[in-house]
Amino acid sequence: MKKVAIEKKVLSENDKLAVKIREQLTGRGVLSLNFVSSPGSGKTSLLEKTLAAIGDQLNIALIAGDVQTENDANRLIEAGGKSVLPIVTGGSCHLDAKMISKVLPGINIDELDLLIIENVGNLVCPASYDLGEDMKIALVSTTEGHDKPLKYPGMFRRSSVMVINKIDLLGTSDFDVEEVKKNARQINANLKFFETSCRTGEGLQNWFHWLIDTVKTKKDRL
Amino acid sequence: MHELSIAQSIFETVLTEKRKKNLSTIEKIGLKIGSLSSILPDSLEFSFNAIKIDTELADTVLEMEIIPIQGNCKDCKQKFQVHDYAFFCPHCQSGQIEIQQGMEMEIAYLEIED
Repeated sequence: MKKVAIEKKVLSENDKLAVKIREQLTGRGVLSLNFVSSPGSGKTSLLEKTLAAIGDQLNIALIAGDVQTENDANRLIEAGGKSVLPIVTGGSCHLDAKMISKVLPGINIDELDLLIIENVGNLVCPASYDLGEDMKIALVSTTEGHDKPLKYPGMFRRSSVMVINKIDLLGTSDFDVEEVKKNARQINANLKFFETSCRTGEGLQNWFHWLIDTVKTKKDRL
Repeated sequence: MHELSIAQSIFETVLTEKRKKNLSTIEKIGLKIGSLSSILPDSLEFSFNAIKIDTELADTVLEMEIIPIQGNCKDCKQKFQVHDYAFFCPHCQSGQIEIQQGMEMEIAYLEIED
């Protein structure tokens, strides 16, 4: 028996493509965000509100991943998205860098401020795939358990922001905002929190301001 | 359930290495799987065993080493193992820690028939 050392990352091909995407976007000062959550936490709703509120101040492109249907992409177009590209994975539970590379030529990144990737609703698999984003934004809604960060440490450790959505429903379930934050901090002390309701609009202004500031910070680094 | 696509990547990478280095029968693929890599070893093995049927790697098995999460405190500079996914320094309680190990998903080695 002979041992041959390989020492190769399993996802090295994905990671190489992700580095290319990141270089391409960073070279033009484009901020890129990868939105992750369980199905139904409100990723598309938050993006609809974002497009409606700041879509005329920023040049935003969106890539909307779904296992089946282009429903999310259509909702984002209806909400005013000028550059919306669907990716139907046809069963795959995550987006990978190859899928992003394929659709990226369809976006005019020279004119772009912000690229938003809406991942497939899943808190496990998308954690493994770098898409070339600057940060992952994780959503948790108040109809879920407040132990979610503890159940999916891989995703929350890799995220930079956690949006607690559907706060208009607080009190109708046992969800505790302080508890979810405590659990999230145990996994990642540097997480930044937003509390939002896409139905009432509560908390959205803070999110919009942060987004505009973060886009500006990225552009200023050029 | 992305273990199937991970298994596919492992299969393709090993097959490429085998052909490139002109290796004989591969008996074992040694993997390093970090505890924070979001991979289920059992599903990975199941997926790999399904893919390898009737291929050059039909007799190849996976050997997985699970790598614990190792942290490095940015404040007090101590190194420690992260237990129960509590990501703070056990020495100074700081949450500013760098993960040194535990995220990896790596093909470490191949064992070849002599």
